[in-house]
Amino acid sequence: MSELPAKPVKKPKRVLPERFVPYKGVWVFIEHEHGHVHPVSWELLGKGRELADKLGVELAGVLIGAPGPKIAALAKETFAYGADLCYLMQDAVLHDYRNQAYTAAITTLVNTYQPEILLLGATTQGRDLAGSVATTLLTGLTADCTGLEIDLADRSMLSSRPTFGGSLMCTIVNLATRPQMATVRPRVMPLPVKDPKRSGQTFRLVEHALDLAEESIVTKVIDFIPDSRADKPQLAFADYIVAGGRGMGKPENFDLLFSLAKTLGAEVGASRPAVHAGWADAERQVGQSGKTVRPKFYLAAGVSGAIQHRVGMEGADVIAAINVDANAAIFDFSNYALIGNALELLPALQTAFAARLAQTRARATRSTSQEDESN
Amino acid sequence: MHIAVCVKQVPDSAQIRVHPVTNTIMRQGVPAIVNPFDLFALEEALRIKDRTGARVTVISMGPPQAEDALRKCISLGADEAILVTDKAFSGADTLATSYVLAAALRTLHEKLPLDLVFTGKQTIDGDTAQVGPGIAIRLGYQLLTYVSRIAKIDVQNRRIVVERRAEGGVQVLESRLPAVITMLEGSNTIRFADMPGMFTAARHETQHWNREAIGITDLTQVGLKGSPTVVAQVFAPKPKAVKALRIEGETPAAMAEAFVEKLFTDYPQLEEALLEHLDQLAAQEQQS
Repeated sequence: MSELPAKPVKKPKRVLPERFVPYKGVWVFIEHEHGHVHPVSWELLGKGRELADKLGVELAGVLIGAPGPKIAALAKETFAYGADLCYLMQDAVLHDYRNQAYTAAITTLVNTYQPEILLLGATTQGRDLAGSVATTLLTGLTADCTGLEIDLADRSMLSSRPTFGGSLMCTIVNLATRPQMATVRPRVMPLPVKDPKRSGQTFRLVEHALDLAEESIVTKVIDFIPDSRADKPQLAFADYIVAGGRGMGKPENFDLLFSLAKTLGAEVGASRPAVHAGWADAERQVGQSGKTVRPKFYLAAGVSGAIQHRVGMEGADVIAAINVDANAAIFDFSNYALIGNALELLPALQTAFAARLAQTRARATRSTSQEDESN
Repeated sequence: MHIAVCVKQVPDSAQIRVHPVTNTIMRQGVPAIVNPFDLFALEEALRIKDRTGARVTVISMGPPQAEDALRKCISLGADEAILVTDKAFSGADTLATSYVLAAALRTLHEKLPLDLVFTGKQTIDGDTAQVGPGIAIRLGYQLLTYVSRIAKIDVQNRRIVVERRAEGGVQVLESRLPAVITMLEGSNTIRFADMPGMFTAARHETQHWNREAIGITDLTQVGLKGSPTVVAQVFAPKPKAVKALRIEGETPAAMAEAFVEKLFTDYPQLEEALLEHLDQLAAQEQQS
């Protein structure tokens, strides 16, 4: 599993080999469970659109599931998120996610229509499926990519991901087989804007039948217990996050973050060292081995800024960082640097935010009431 | 009943450091450990052993020094340890790794038929979670990933019921043996090695299997040659194009005030969105 040879292999300049020519198009597996598409699939269509345009090929959604009006509606939605066509496979055996049936479905489609790139979300379903599909097809698969690009010289996909425990990045290529497969974690790519009436575009639906009898599928789903969402932190989709790292010193100091979070209506995040030290729940971990987030505002307190943390949060719109060390790596990718002691600055920030927000509110109320009077 | 547990020796990534000036990885003194996710798989296998007297074989592909990781598994209670090691296997990506491990498991199965193969959810160095599914496909075993609980095993009738972490909930799956199970972290509490276990481990002779031992003749399937994916480049990410703006202030309070002022001057829409967000939260609270 160490996909890292001791020395990086220098990629020679080369052209597309003859045997790869039949493989055309970028595919995105559309993951859905209980009638809802996982947002990561739309995010991947956004990225897939870029790759397809660069290659001058079509972008396809791959949708498989039980027959019905629901799945037909989802196929239309792939168009709104940028797909040119959608491969649809409807069969009762595809009702619940099961590795054997879904692997058979995807590999049948790939062998029939031959895409050059196949992208899946790095969810529990996507990773289960991607590993099986890649092994069945005997092709290369790169997990948890944070960047995807095209090298037009040989039409290969350059997949970037953190390596060495998140201390460095690496670029992985597949020069040997097609399709080129990659998984990308939720929230790594931005969500594209949904456009139900893409002008000048027509949408194609390609239906393909699955030849698989229920009797030949060994594993049966006998129950599904949905999660109770109530108490879990919803970090991945939070718009405001205040996070703490090793610089917070001790677990009690996380109270300062929770207190500031209350003022901002924010979620509390934590770096890997803080989680490993037991100062915060694993649910709160931001980074390559935790959650990827894309908030409007991210405040990092006492976080050094290791790559494995960075890849989890650099998609934030605005990043502010507090650190005593003016040379901390976190300042390389922050908008604002507050150089100082987090334990002093956090309460000060809470006061300053509360005062400012109250002031703005009061001004807004005053101007509305003035308007009322003038009416 | 015979259970194989696949483990990997990994560098303790929490202790890897990057040289601040040269930006190269400092590997010296980084201890090698058993991949922490694999220990949950081993523990689950050992619990089945405790209940049923199953035989547990640990297996690892790696260099000769990976024997230490296997010895650790013996100290915890595994019966047998096999190191699959051959120069030809080095540089393998996940596809080439699953090829070798599947060949080794087939060889093991011929000696004593296998009922279950356990792996960890993923490794902490590769983080791919691809080798478990790869082994299952290559062996034609049922694949059960992210298992949080084994509810039932019926060896006579070859049935197994597990709970599997899925998106938004838990799937309860009924399947057939032999199966490959990748175990979710935190699904059990890992035991400590006791004194007799440590003595056993110290005396234990790990078997070394090379490519001939597991019947591999096609060298294009293993190691670097058998790996479609290659690392083209290793790099440190670039700093953001715009340098972080340093906020000045004599006291923490002054710095905090200056920051909030600057933040909302630069991003007025952020302040609007934040106020709206707080209003929504307040409204939600009133409702409940």
